[in-house]
Amino acid sequence: MKNYIKYIGILALGMVACEPEFENPVDANDAYTSGEADFSNFVAIGNSITSGYADNALYISAQEASYPNIMAQQFAKVGGGDFTQPLMADNYGGFLIAGEQRANTRLVLAFDNEGNPMPKNLNETPTTEITNVLSGPFNNMGVPGMKSFHLFAEGYGNAANLEAGTANPYFVRFASAPNATILGDAVAQNPTFFSLWIGKNDILSFATSGGTGIAQTGNLDASSYDSDDITDSQLFAGVYSQVVDALIAAGAEEGVVNAVPDVTVAPFFTRVPYAPLDPTNPEFGPMIPTLNASFAGLNQIISAVRNTQEFDAEGNKIADTEFTIEFDPAGASPLVIKDESLTDISAQIKGALMQAGYPEAVAEQYGQQYGQVRQATPGDRVLLTSASAISEIDMEVLAAWMAVGLSQEEAGQLSVRGITLPMADRYVLTTDEVEILNTARTQFNTAIQGIAQSKGLAYVDVNEIIQELASGGIPYDEGTLTAEFATGGAFSLDGIHLTPRASALLANRMIDAINETYGATVPKVNISNYGTITVSNNVAQ
Amino acid sequence: MRKFLFLAVFALASAVTYAGGYRVSVQGQRALAMGHTGVAVVNSAELGFFNPSGLVYLENKLTISAGASAIFSDVAWQNQETGDIARTDNPVGTPFYINASYKLRDWVSVGLSVYTPYGSTVEWEQDWPGSHLVNNIELQAIYVQPLVSVKVTDFLSLGGGPIFVTGAVNFNRNLTRTLTDEEGNRSNVTVDASGVNEWGWSASAMFVASDDLKFGVNYRSEIMMNAEGGSADFENIPNSPMTPFRDTTFDASLPLPAELTVGASYQFDDKWLFAFDFNRTFWEVYRSLDLDFADPNIPDSKNPRNYKDSNTWRFGAQYTATDKLVLRAGYYYDESPVQEGYFAPETPRNDSMGFTGGLSLDVTSKLAIDASFAYIRFDEVDATYSPDPQEFPEYQGAPFGGTYKSVAFIPGLGVTYKL
Repeated sequence: MKNYIKYIGILALGMVACEPEFENPVDANDAYTSGEADFSNFVAIGNSITSGYADNALYISAQEASYPNIMAQQFAKVGGGDFTQPLMADNYGGFLIAGEQRANTRLVLAFDNEGNPMPKNLNETPTTEITNVLSGPFNNMGVPGMKSFHLFAEGYGNAANLEAGTANPYFVRFASAPNATILGDAVAQNPTFFSLWIGKNDILSFATSGGTGIAQTGNLDASSYDSDDITDSQLFAGVYSQVVDALIAAGAEEGVVNAVPDVTVAPFFTRVPYAPLDPTNPEFGPMIPTLNASFAGLNQIISAVRNTQEFDAEGNKIADTEFTIEFDPAGASPLVIKDESLTDISAQIKGALMQAGYPEAVAEQYGQQYGQVRQATPGDRVLLTSASAISEIDMEVLAAWMAVGLSQEEAGQLSVRGITLPMADRYVLTTDEVEILNTARTQFNTAIQGIAQSKGLAYVDVNEIIQELASGGIPYDEGTLTAEFATGGAFSLDGIHLTPRASALLANRMIDAINETYGATVPKVNISNYGTITVSNNVAQ
Repeated sequence: MRKFLFLAVFALASAVTYAGGYRVSVQGQRALAMGHTGVAVVNSAELGFFNPSGLVYLENKLTISAGASAIFSDVAWQNQETGDIARTDNPVGTPFYINASYKLRDWVSVGLSVYTPYGSTVEWEQDWPGSHLVNNIELQAIYVQPLVSVKVTDFLSLGGGPIFVTGAVNFNRNLTRTLTDEEGNRSNVTVDASGVNEWGWSASAMFVASDDLKFGVNYRSEIMMNAEGGSADFENIPNSPMTPFRDTTFDASLPLPAELTVGASYQFDDKWLFAFDFNRTFWEVYRSLDLDFADPNIPDSKNPRNYKDSNTWRFGAQYTATDKLVLRAGYYYDESPVQEGYFAPETPRNDSMGFTGGLSLDVTSKLAIDASFAYIRFDEVDATYSPDPQEFPEYQGAPFGGTYKSVAFIPGLGVTYKL
């Protein structure tokens, strides 16, 4: 009897150890192959998207969904090692410098009582203190805001340089020493495989600032650049080549490089239409006849002056209506904007008005306000940040009008942004400015692709992905990923950076390129297991 | 009696596991050792489950059979495309039975049976890739059945009785594949209902063709477990009017399907007995698991199942080695009620084969120890959960699939007491 019980006990123990086994288990060593690549020490270099930055902030759950981290999880199935990231202290986003809040919390999608959605900052206090330096090294060297030439910049991670603006708070957090460079810290890890995605920030700040900077064509001295300028493509190509050489010299003979995408198809540039003025809006529609009557006089002057001055590239005279202001009572009207590329005709306007009997100060003010006015065209990109400014009264301009003797009511009527007051340069990326961007981007990509080819690196045309998202979208098993703001699933609530789902899509495309280039069979992720935006009403009211 | 008490307490403290669907066929060590045949085998009080009409043929005044099994069962899932793999970490299941039969007259016996024919415990790793379908589920049903068995003529007996069922269910899954709170924690719901009581019945007949050949038929009715006012506990829900998931109550119905068994047994000689059972389980009633939440803001949860009726073929043999030792062996083929495209990781069952063995040892003239062992073999299967949108328009969700592999080992121990 005792013997039987003992026997059954042993039998039971044997069965506890029995697990279901697959014929071809995916966690077996030979389930997938790394081909010619060696993923044992993967280092990612890049800027905001590489770091996992999303919703206008860096926070833990977004970092965990960064495309390099997703790739590293898959590399782990073909011999990849641990992948460390300089994680923030919380999921709120934002940060402190010496205890003072210096960056806002992440955006979440809040809904008002009527169910209208609006991105707002999460109502929390950031806990990430920039001056608490983490001890690395970190495989994810992505630094938000970093431009190509910053890879070599000593002191870019030095807290002492924060006030002067020559240091980057995100790099300060994990630089190995105050004067370490990003590239130096990357190379010191002796990577066996790298990903490199730089160049986007070399054009992005120009774009997000509405083109307030300039293209630094021919200027190889990055120290003379303003933060909103576009990096010279020669300089960029040189930097790129040096970075790749340094990584290869450090032992990473295989890697994947990404092209610079056309940022202007992101929701930040497309969410607000060029013609947002709706005649059914009770605050705008009834005003249209009065507005058109008021602009009629100004239009005469503009027509008369521009008639002799504006020609297109082929030398044909541009039709006068491109510069006159008129609102459509039956359909959406384009925004009234200031285009800095137009010849300034404020003096002519002032002169004409003075002839018509206007006091000089008033005529002067009219000239200043309308010297480079036109209505927006489909090629112009109205920035997401302008949404809250459109139709609002500019108090400074109102004060200026009152100072020249107008009543508050009259002054107010002349100070409505986008209608009577042309939207300032920083709110709009004009067609010309988009051209400037694309020229630089194309030159950057020619350099990237050339270097990738000569070094046998995997190359990913991220622009193709972005264009697919913007035109019809990319289907997956639960729907279609598109570039639509908030609902499309690809772009986070800042309208520029990717959601985890789009990061997963990007990681898959990069894995495709790696597999093809190196004969590997790294498996891809199911992008529908990655989220998009966060809905929450935990926001400041 | 102390032993019986121990077994019962042990069983109640643990969960019940493993099934074709969530049917757990371990209602007697002697029967299980013979491939879980028994509708036409007069052997012990296990008849209370297999064929109550046979109780009247038991020779002793009082016969008691009781026992419990330990179910070691696990499931693994993997996806070749993504390289993901997940394994369940199921606790050991312990279905049990207590059958007692008392002969009132030569022509009539009464009995009482307690058994656990339905149950399931599946525990996946929290937030695994299929977590939007299930993280873990625990389902229990205990049947209590008073019985009567009447010999109508020398060759025919009838039996049966009402069944009282008390059941409980606890089920957790993530709301979607991605929804999280502001901290990135996955939004999930736990539904819990216990003390769900319902009634059913079983009826059976045994035909004694000759001293050596018996035929049996047994029918156990469907019992619809109607959980009313169960608790629904929503966790990690972001604070947004778009996600109005607040803790509430729910109503749901889970069928414990009817089962029809027909079979025969043949006493070949003094030593050898052969038995055959055919089960048909009427799973078609399990069309969809719908949770109706009391809070009107929370959409009802529709989980299509679309089960089909399924069959099991069972074969068993018994060899009387000595006057104290009886050896048994059996085999069965168990069809899964799960149809293609409805393979949910909550009851991941494909067709299986059972190989069983066991023995009875007479310790005294009154007491025998019954031991059994079953090994359930499943083929590796590529399967998906992707309900037909035409049949189930209310279900919204992407397909979830991969390769599944299950194993189960079931050792069991029981006693038979005769007076």
